[in-house]
Amino acid sequence: MIVVDNLHKSFGEVKAVRGVSFKAEDGRITGLLGPNGAGKSTTLRVLYTVLKPDQGIATIDGIDVVRQSLDARARIGTLPHGAGLYPHLTARENIAYYANLYGMARDGIDARVQEVIDALDIGDFADRRTKGFSQGQRTKVALARSLVHRPNNVILDEPSNGLDVMATRSLRDLIRRLKELGKCVLFSSHVMQEVAALCDEIVIIAAGQVAMHDSPDGIRERTGCDDLEEAFVKALDRVEPVE
Amino acid sequence: MKTIRTVFGKEVRDNFRDRRTLISALLMGPLFGPILFAFVINLSLKQSLPDASQPLELPVIGREHAPNLVAFLESNNIVVVDGPESRDAAIAGVSRGDHDVVLVIPPDFGEDLAKLVPATIEVITDQANTQAERETRRARRALNAYNQELAGMRLVVRGVSPVIMRPLNIDEVDVSTPSGRSAILLGMMSYFFIFAILTGGMNLAIDATAGERERGSLEPLLCLPVKRDNLIFGKIFAACFFMAISLALSLTSFYVTLKFVPLQDLGMTPNFGIDVVPVAFLLLAPFALVGASLMTLVASFTKSFKEAQTWVSVVLLAPTMPILVVSILMVRPSTALMFIPSLSQHLLLVDLIKNEPLNPLHIAVSVIGTLAIGAILTWICARLYRREGLLG
Repeated sequence: MIVVDNLHKSFGEVKAVRGVSFKAEDGRITGLLGPNGAGKSTTLRVLYTVLKPDQGIATIDGIDVVRQSLDARARIGTLPHGAGLYPHLTARENIAYYANLYGMARDGIDARVQEVIDALDIGDFADRRTKGFSQGQRTKVALARSLVHRPNNVILDEPSNGLDVMATRSLRDLIRRLKELGKCVLFSSHVMQEVAALCDEIVIIAAGQVAMHDSPDGIRERTGCDDLEEAFVKALDRVEPVE
Repeated sequence: MKTIRTVFGKEVRDNFRDRRTLISALLMGPLFGPILFAFVINLSLKQSLPDASQPLELPVIGREHAPNLVAFLESNNIVVVDGPESRDAAIAGVSRGDHDVVLVIPPDFGEDLAKLVPATIEVITDQANTQAERETRRARRALNAYNQELAGMRLVVRGVSPVIMRPLNIDEVDVSTPSGRSAILLGMMSYFFIFAILTGGMNLAIDATAGERERGSLEPLLCLPVKRDNLIFGKIFAACFFMAISLALSLTSFYVTLKFVPLQDLGMTPNFGIDVVPVAFLLLAPFALVGASLMTLVASFTKSFKEAQTWVSVVLLAPTMPILVVSILMVRPSTALMFIPSLSQHLLLVDLIKNEPLNPLHIAVSVIGTLAIGAILTWICARLYRREGLLG
């Protein structure tokens, strides 16, 4: 479970996040939706501890991401925006490297790496060096890498960016399977359809603030729009512009 | 500790597969130095060897006016040939570079000698032409010897011992050993080794921050539940490992090169045998930590791999500064100087090559001081790795 409470983060003069609060439950898919520059990535970066919030609290399974950042990191699998692989290592070596860094027991690593390779269906190219992989292949390997330690929480920053139709579909299947496993899945996107197709909860963020937080149906109801895209635009209007 | 080992192992494997690292670590450093060195030595051998066994061909105008002088020159292994037809032609020839040096003997040379008036003899040469310097020096030395001989004979005729002309007997005692003489030239070797150390770890040092960032692999790496200090330590140690390989190869290739360079012809026998190679390695190796952490530090401020390369190349030149200053000022090794990385390695290596006893205190200060500075720089790198601005 991921809880964010009144998060603030500025970069110099720019106020990227201004009081974001939401809760992402276990066994549910929560989508962070918002236009470019709304503060989605900044919020996620605070959650996976590469940024420190100026104000507010964020917890992973009740663990504070600032004060106990190592413990918090151990409980999340992260797919940051444009996650890169090591081109001279094979996909399998890339995943095993992370398994080692996650501190997994050495004798269990090979079996576990094979397990995620099978789960993500990347066996065909698992033993090739990742140099020259397609964006879809890279995303799958990066995802396998972030799931190798069986995290309870999965944070994905715009995971479908640059993926073709087939790759996007298999990514959605995977996200649904994570939900069935009872994981807490939090992902960001600026594509309305994608969020609508997947999420149990939608958090619409604009100008660093939560504009609306509800189920897809709830959002349709509250904005009075049947079309989610219309609803999205309407929800954005409610946010006060940055001074 | 496990994290450091994991990162170290991955970096070593990764870079052994990276052609860029292999070229700079295993080819550039180890080959660049020895080849340049052999080239410079061979060039200076050609330049400066005064090959007295080869007869010098000396054009002389008016040789018929001084048959005794010509005979003296020929007995000194100088072949006198006819010069250009006139003095003006000789001057033009020398300035064009057709001749290195031309002697002009005026018609009244013999008459002046007989009258005990100083007889003029002209040596036409171009002092700006360093090529001609050797020939000119040899001709002038022969003329001076003839001058001395004539003066001595005139004194003997008057019943005076020629020894009276030599109130001083200047005796120079040269204490430099053949190994010592070589140190001047071989001093530049130490920079090649430091250069080899730095190029060996350059790619890894850049990759630790700028490279990882550009590839997009830095952010997921920082999300891992490991101490960031340990990530950077593993990376810096991996860089040191490649630097050590580069240094070892460089020392070995120098050892081989020196076997083929006729240094003894220059009066040099550097103390660079197979037993010196490991000692030199141990003296120089501590510099790897300073180099690795300094390059990592510089690279962490840059935005891209390309930008990092530009700035890190500046680091390649930095170690020359203290070496250059000390070489110009001719400073003797002292304990205080041993605190300066690159300089202390240079001074110790020069002593080693000169085959002079190494001061154990100097070695200790150099090794410990260099490692301490390396540790401080590594610590600063770790601090920077904790900043969130690192993500750029």
